[in-house]
Amino acid sequence: MSVVNNIEDGEIDIVIGALHSDLRPFMSAWKSIFSRYHLIIVKDPDLKDDLQIPEGLSFKIDIYTKSHIDKVVGSSTSIAFSGYSCKYFGFLVSRKKYIVSIDDDCVPVKDADSFLIDPVAQHLRNLATPATPFFFNTLYDPYRNGADFVRGYPFSLRSGITCALSCGLWLNLADLDAPTQALKPEKRNSRYVDAVMTVPARVMMPISGINIAFNRELVGPALCPALRLTGEGKVRWETMEDIWSGMCVKVVCDHLGLGVKSGLPYVWRNDRGDAIESLKKEWEGVKLMEEVVPWFQSMVLSRTATKAEDCVAEMAKRVKEQLGGSDPGFGRAAEAMMDWVELWKKVGSGPSPV
Amino acid sequence: MAPPSPSHVAPLLKDELDIVIPTIRNLDFLEMWRPFLQPYHLIIVQDGDPSKTIRVPEGFDYELYNRNDINKILGPKASCISFKDSACRCFGFLVSKKKYIFTIDDDCFVAKDPSGEEINALAQHIKNLLTPSTPHFFNTLYDPYREGADFVRGYPFSLREGVPTAISHGLWLNIPDYDAPTQLVKPLERNSRYVDAVMTIPKGTLFPMCGMNLAFDRELIGPALYFGLMGDGQPIGRYDDMWAGWCAKVIADHLGLGVKTGLPYIWHSKASNPFVNLKKEYKGIYWQEEIIPFFQSAALPKESKTVQQCYRDLSLLVKEKLGPIDPYFQKLSDEMVTWIEAWEELNPAAK
Repeated sequence: MSVVNNIEDGEIDIVIGALHSDLRPFMSAWKSIFSRYHLIIVKDPDLKDDLQIPEGLSFKIDIYTKSHIDKVVGSSTSIAFSGYSCKYFGFLVSRKKYIVSIDDDCVPVKDADSFLIDPVAQHLRNLATPATPFFFNTLYDPYRNGADFVRGYPFSLRSGITCALSCGLWLNLADLDAPTQALKPEKRNSRYVDAVMTVPARVMMPISGINIAFNRELVGPALCPALRLTGEGKVRWETMEDIWSGMCVKVVCDHLGLGVKSGLPYVWRNDRGDAIESLKKEWEGVKLMEEVVPWFQSMVLSRTATKAEDCVAEMAKRVKEQLGGSDPGFGRAAEAMMDWVELWKKVGSGPSPV
Repeated sequence: MAPPSPSHVAPLLKDELDIVIPTIRNLDFLEMWRPFLQPYHLIIVQDGDPSKTIRVPEGFDYELYNRNDINKILGPKASCISFKDSACRCFGFLVSKKKYIFTIDDDCFVAKDPSGEEINALAQHIKNLLTPSTPHFFNTLYDPYREGADFVRGYPFSLREGVPTAISHGLWLNIPDYDAPTQLVKPLERNSRYVDAVMTIPKGTLFPMCGMNLAFDRELIGPALYFGLMGDGQPIGRYDDMWAGWCAKVIADHLGLGVKTGLPYIWHSKASNPFVNLKKEYKGIYWQEEIIPFFQSAALPKESKTVQQCYRDLSLLVKEKLGPIDPYFQKLSDEMVTWIEAWEELNPAAK
């Protein structure tokens, strides 16, 4: 067992939502990086075929399927754990302090010498060092080797605050929306921006679920599987669940005085799907976003909400009251958020329910 | 038809941009910049002893102002222009007649990107200024208007037009812009990390603006870029650009203008003496603890729709809220007004 950045390997769960049944290429690609950690693989309940995992892997994996989800969650919940939302089940049943979650169509990036770049280590570095959301540092993350706070940065703000969420990026197939990718079908992201930075307080951002890590103890309940598009699909172009969840998490972090970082690490995202096909479904998500952004930006939570679950409960109420009328999707999201908080209270801690 | 060869393509904004350089030493550094900067008009602000002759390298088109010129042009209003401090550069902003300004220090050289190519810093600044900013929502792939980048999934379409960019803040390789205490603790640290990104600083977020490698739209934000009272006879130094940056950001946020930071890099060659710096910065280090909350909570009246009006409002707030800290701020507040008066006098169309 080793310790990196004062975080022990045993404090981490790698949570993978399996939307593909054949995980052999994925697991082979990640073997050298993931092998020291415990893995939770949650199979999309809609996936009919059995999961295929390479034989003889030396690391510890727990695999959860529809039957586990049904057992723990029951049938009376409004939360749907299908598609990309299956990974939230992994977040729920994990008992580790930190979670790293990467989509199953991503592989590690190779550097100039063909060595694999380890995104888990970078995520942990991001989470283990303070965030600085109250003043922008022009040399980006001041805790990185070779960087520091610049002239003019107030000294009282230099100790920073705890970083609760680390949002990584993607080379090759970037997380663009369907209209953008459809317009430029050949466009791939080849720019490696060597920076991590804190997203300033009260600044909203689109948090992609493709490559993230978080402090489960501090913000676990705030990542919630709530907003489902009616035509939600099995490619990122056909979902908004992570974008909605991300807005909730950012509001919660800003309220609780926790930091969110964005930038490194990168993962390599394989080509998949057809943006033009997905356009038909994604329009709904795009329309919904237009409404919710101003609403999230003006959200002020009450002082009595001192924990993530209280924040989510309060937000859920407001979603129902203030947004529920404009689109049934919001009403359903509010229900899901309330169910999620209850679920978290019931099985989010204590002995594992699976 | 073949595209025109580079020599036939006119440098962008050649007749719309001035380069302002404060100097007290010499302008030898311009030799290295010649391929990129020669087509542009220079405004040299000579600090220190006006009887000294500053030689401008052959072939550059320029106007030069020393302290005598500043006193002659501004008369009693010259009190707002600092002496023996690079803050005097803002005199160049005042007298320029162009839409855009690029300002650079005389110890900043051409840097190379990771592929070994020399960086045309001015060309990058121009790209930054001519493309919109996105201060209302953070784009995780940074400046979406850059080639190779775009808005990510989840970025509201209603915010994708962006807002006009008022300021482009560049960075520095080699000697980083650290304060004196950090310089003392890490005298050997060099910035060798090339971060290939430009990004908009979100609305409501303040930043430390460095004047070493800076460009701005003078028509959009010029009057806000007063570099304060520093240097000779003043209790503080090395906070000129910081002050201008905080004022400008508050005003830019109020008026719906954007501020970008990141590329381009220049190569900063000279490390100033940290002990000298400490003496200059000393008061600023603890004053900024009060100054920052002041700017973070500064609210300008809705009716203030011009930069000059916003700046006047800010000067009143400075007097009221920062005046009690030290008489310096009362003087600064007065000179902020003097600056706006000088700006309006020299730029009558801008009133």
